[in-house]
Amino acid sequence: MLKVRKREEPWKWGALVVFLGALLFSLVVSALLLAWQGKDPVHGMDILWQGSFGNLWALEGALLKAIPLFLCSLGVAVAFRMQIWNIGAEGQFALGAIGATWVALGFPNLPGYLLLPMMFIMAFILGGLWAVIPALLKMKLRVNEIISTLMLNYIAILLLDYLVFGVWKDPTSFGFPMTPEFTSGAVISGIGGSRVHWGLLFCMIVGIGLWAFMSFTRLGYELKASGQGARVAKYAKIRYGFLVVFVMALSGGFAGWAGCIETSAVLNRLQPSLMVGYGYTAIVVAWLARLEPLNIAFASFLLAALRVGVENMQLELQIPAAFGVIMEGMILLMVLAGQFFILYKLERKKSSQG
Amino acid sequence: MWELMIPLLAATVQSGTPILFATLGEMMTEKGGVLNLGVEGMLAVSALAAFVTSMYTGSPWLAFIAGGFAGFAMAALHGFVCITCLGNQVVSGLAITILGLGLADFIGVPYVGLPAPGFDPFPFPVLSEIPIIGDIFFKHDALVYVSFVVPVIFWFFLKRTSLGMHVSATGEMPAAAAAVGLKPIKLRYLAVVVGGFLIGLGGAYLSLAYTHLWTNGLSGGRGWIAVALVIFAFWRPGRAVIGAYLFGGVMAFQLRLQAMGTNLPSSLLLMLPYLLTIIVLIISAARGRRIDAPAALGTNIEPEG
Repeated sequence: MLKVRKREEPWKWGALVVFLGALLFSLVVSALLLAWQGKDPVHGMDILWQGSFGNLWALEGALLKAIPLFLCSLGVAVAFRMQIWNIGAEGQFALGAIGATWVALGFPNLPGYLLLPMMFIMAFILGGLWAVIPALLKMKLRVNEIISTLMLNYIAILLLDYLVFGVWKDPTSFGFPMTPEFTSGAVISGIGGSRVHWGLLFCMIVGIGLWAFMSFTRLGYELKASGQGARVAKYAKIRYGFLVVFVMALSGGFAGWAGCIETSAVLNRLQPSLMVGYGYTAIVVAWLARLEPLNIAFASFLLAALRVGVENMQLELQIPAAFGVIMEGMILLMVLAGQFFILYKLERKKSSQG
Repeated sequence: MWELMIPLLAATVQSGTPILFATLGEMMTEKGGVLNLGVEGMLAVSALAAFVTSMYTGSPWLAFIAGGFAGFAMAALHGFVCITCLGNQVVSGLAITILGLGLADFIGVPYVGLPAPGFDPFPFPVLSEIPIIGDIFFKHDALVYVSFVVPVIFWFFLKRTSLGMHVSATGEMPAAAAAVGLKPIKLRYLAVVVGGFLIGLGGAYLSLAYTHLWTNGLSGGRGWIAVALVIFAFWRPGRAVIGAYLFGGVMAFQLRLQAMGTNLPSSLLLMLPYLLTIIVLIISAARGRRIDAPAALGTNIEPEG
């Protein structure tokens, strides 16, 4: 018989071991899933690997997708740390894209050095507002934020649809739901001719800025302290309600920036294909990274690479995109289950009956 | 007036049925103290499992049960992560939703648009002849009639059987329950898998009776609505019925409006159920009945030693 015993202190390398174990387990199960669908699993996994890390093109693609994931995930993590369950990054991302597009279509003749900052500001405001709604509902009316943020995701995507199918539709798009292409001032350009754009630098600045804010400001300190829960925060005379609204605004604003960057740099216009679930993957990233900013950078890159690899599988093996979603769900589940071993260990129980 | 209202109310009952199953399933889970945010993904998986079973066996009833067991299996996974491994219940539920939606989309590809035997409406003997009531409630498929009985059994189980009361005790005070000799871990697993089975029945209803076919995105947010409705219902099966039909009504109404060809853009109409979910939560919070939530909801039971 095995007996559960709590470790004196958490297993030092446990987090890494659990993460790698979860990754390995998910890869094995997905390979079995491929075999079940009549595809060669070894070949499939090779295509996945080649697509993710096999060449420079693949790495570029991963870096490209890591940008929105990083920003969304950073936002999610800030909220999660305060035990505010913001599941609404997807909707806040959409609102950011809508805000950026609004500015881009409204002032097409402005030069980039004016237009882009305006787009970023509007994206932050709309994304932030979309997150402040559930924060206010939570603080003023005690409405569960998990459900309200999720419902706002559905509403945001429908709002985006409404705009691109209706008032913002490009008259020359042959009926396709999309806005006109942005003017050059509204487009974030690539770095030195590569596909990777300046949004990458922006991510680094935001990441460092957030770290500095959390480490060196009073507000940042209060945010950390109130991560222990509302009661502790009140005990320490921290303005808990204000912090919840603030942290949600920040969280939504980051996701909004991701939406702005994706629209401006990658699609150069607003269209429904913008919404590929970065907001949900961001939750997986944040949790895998244990809500730590630097880990988030690595985890975003890893899951972005996974997405690119799955796209390669889609092309080469006609595997549905949902394959990547399965892997994300499975990795997250296994990491959760594995966290048990960081705090507890199993010991052989001395059998009393011999 | 009645000529317009009766078909709408009948459609309300039909659209409300999958939501009712899912809400009761989530309610059972939460009664045991476990929050399961995987409903949305579980609905998708069970809808597919039911559809495929019906296609291969030709038996809609077997398919209905298969849907239940698909929900059971997903719930057991959630139970393993939360109850045995002490994983965070919120995040595990989200992971179950992500996994479930992925699995359903992935496995379901070859079945999109194919026919399978499902449940067709038949007038319930005698009762369907009652004016108005009969038209609204008793001219549906068999599963709707099943759904009339489930809340009663649910209520009876929780309030009148000792096992049901033990489950509730585990959701309220697991430590105290353990102290009087109950097995909180087993009781929680029971609540989670039985709840999962009910959610699975809701998913099965979607593909077998509501649409009669399999498409991606069949769950369409109903899982989240169910989670919200448990709060709206103050963890009581009777109010779950009201909540489910409220949403059934809005969905039926929105479909009618679209079919009648209004000037309103469909994307704005489609927002209605999601807006209503938020409104419903505001109303339930305003009534200040938080006390009705199982006290230990969302907290895991730590092992001794």
